Amino acid sequence: MTSDNAFAAVALPHLDAAFNLARWLTGSRADAEDVVQEAMVRALTYFPSFRGGSSRAWILQIVRNTAYGALKARRGERMAEQAGLDDLVAEIADPGDDPEKSLIMAADRARVDALIAALPVELRETLVLRELEELSYRDIAQVTSVPIGTVMSRLWRARRILARAAAAEAKR
Amino acid sequence: MSANDCGKVLLLQAELDGELDAAGAAALAEHRADCPVCKRNESVIVGVHQALQQATYHRADAELFRAVAGRLGAVRPTPARRGPRPWRGLATFGAGAALAAAIVLTVLPLRHPDMVAALVDDHVRALQPGHLLDVVSTNQHTVKPWFDGRLDFAPPVKDLAAAGFPLVGGRLDYLHGRSVAVLVYSHGKHVIELFVWPASGRAGVPASAQVDGYNVVHWQANDMSLSAVSDLDPSALEEFVRGWRQMP
Repeated sequence: MTSDNAFAAVALPHLDAAFNLARWLTGSRADAEDVVQEAMVRALTYFPSFRGGSSRAWILQIVRNTAYGALKARRGERMAEQAGLDDLVAEIADPGDDPEKSLIMAADRARVDALIAALPVELRETLVLRELEELSYRDIAQVTSVPIGTVMSRLWRARRILARAAAAEAKR
Repeated sequence: MSANDCGKVLLLQAELDGELDAAGAAALAEHRADCPVCKRNESVIVGVHQALQQATYHRADAELFRAVAGRLGAVRPTPARRGPRPWRGLATFGAGAALAAAIVLTVLPLRHPDMVAALVDDHVRALQPGHLLDVVSTNQHTVKPWFDGRLDFAPPVKDLAAAGFPLVGGRLDYLHGRSVAVLVYSHGKHVIELFVWPASGRAGVPASAQVDGYNVVHWQANDMSLSAVSDLDPSALEEFVRGWRQMP
């Protein structure tokens, strides 16, 4: 197998995952398509340094970094900082005694999509990688270049914000 | 610790995400049994998980696949290979099969169970993500030369778009100890694969078989053996074969 074939065999099966992540990060189909194309070309360049392990995490890491570059270029989207984020959480209504119920009520596609899209980007990517891609904590840590402990706390913050936002909507 | 924080939420989350080892899970279980905060947090995690079953999973479409394959091809001059198939959730055929009455084509039962099984195996394997196509093109004048130098024979390549079976590409496969050409066609959401290899016997009329819900029609013409494999119903597959045989 030539290295090109090896690359295609490793990378192309992850095209859906690449596009899904890019689409959730950029919020736009056209931007996501550009990101995926650029990331795949970059991945081909980096392929000789791929040391095995999870090829999906490896590809998604490149897609994620490419998407961040595009976001930065597009509008200088600032990462929400820890303190600002906690303020955001505090501002959102308390989910009440039965958060699961209000979440289930929120469960139509457009509203769920809107709730995810409203998350700060680093919480959004963590949640998408876990819930939509079903990546392990370890793989999410690799893709997002943070320690596993950070993955865990981001995941919890993402879930808590979603639950509170759904509860706030349900009360309206 | 406040009333809303028992200090175990990340452990609880790890447990629900299937990331906690047995020892950790056992330690957590004891705490969880009578912790109201854990109960509530579990409701958040499970609720979000259930709500996100509704979230949109954005899939790459065939156009993006072609674009990526093209970009990679431009970086290194080889055809991009083995992309995910753009057809997901193949429609199962319904009552149409029963209506397949007026068939002009004479079709006999195919008596090579080994070959039929091997064809269907190859077909099913190809339908797994990432195995369908070695060369992606709807243009027969691109697909035909692609096989040159990859096979010791020149498979006939025809586009049946006018008959409702557009060519989408081709690949190499292995069947009964030899390399074969596979032409891939689509029909609605169905995929039809035409396996082509040099014939060993004389020309024969089409014969058909059915395995695991897949239909196979085999015939020989112009010193080539041809086998069409698909989950299309028999009448539609025979229409494909008829169209193929009639096209010059």
